[in-house]
Amino acid sequence: MMQINEFTSLFYSFTFYFFGLVAIASAIAFVTRKSPVAAAMWLVNVMFSLAALYVMLDAQFIGTMQILVYTGAIMVVFLFVIMLLNLGTPADLADARGKWGYLAALLVGLALVAEVLALTRENTLDRLIPPDLAAKMAEAAAHPVAGGVIGPIAAPLFKEYLLAFELTSVLLLAAIVGAVVLGKRRTDAH
Amino acid sequence: MLIESLTLSAVLFTIGVVGVLTRRNAIIIFMCVELMLNAVNLSFVALSKLYGATGQVFVVFTMTVAAAEAAVGLAIIIAIFRHKQSVNLTNINLLKG
Repeated sequence: MMQINEFTSLFYSFTFYFFGLVAIASAIAFVTRKSPVAAAMWLVNVMFSLAALYVMLDAQFIGTMQILVYTGAIMVVFLFVIMLLNLGTPADLADARGKWGYLAALLVGLALVAEVLALTRENTLDRLIPPDLAAKMAEAAAHPVAGGVIGPIAAPLFKEYLLAFELTSVLLLAAIVGAVVLGKRRTDAH
Repeated sequence: MLIESLTLSAVLFTIGVVGVLTRRNAIIIFMCVELMLNAVNLSFVALSKLYGATGQVFVVFTMTVAAAEAAVGLAIIIAIFRHKQSVNLTNINLLKG
């Protein structure tokens, strides 16, 4: 962990933990709210905290995309649908599952927490660090890629992953057509 | 901050799974899936500090897929609501044997 933690000042750690705790608290509030609108607003809060964490992890472009795409576009679509559907008051939604749902959630939650503890205890994370990390970081600092923060993302996106990038447009087209077809009212001709 | 990021990612993913398992409102379950996608994105970003910016490219792809998924999924939810006047999963059990 030595190379990675050298940039952590007290202020950095404090801000990181602050946004992390805000994210966890908002996520818990999100899954426990009865009203779908309140849940959506808490989820927006989680996403804003995650955007802050992305910026702190030197992924400024991803942080911006998080705010623009997730909180700006996707959550607005969610809120739009929630308000369009007129679901009624939270009291008569009654949307918690029975005891089997809670039991399954408890088991899955415990299993995942156990996995996290095992990961941190076995020093698996230390083995994740590539051995030539220090050399790579020194080289990256010596020869910065042109284009600031976006350059290092744009280069692989438009070179190695160009095919995947182009296929994404097909996916989006299929999603648009699918959404229009599904959302369309049936006509009498059917 | 790598361990903290990965732990936060795991915790958020777990909260998303718990939400999917305990709620019955289709829209909220859908938002829990988005929360899980966000948690995985955090892992990608944290590990991209070690392995270069390729992880961030994957995050861009994940966001695209999430947007497509949200559009289609919400259209399906609207279609179901028109049919059943409800998005509660207790009322949507046609495939339940």
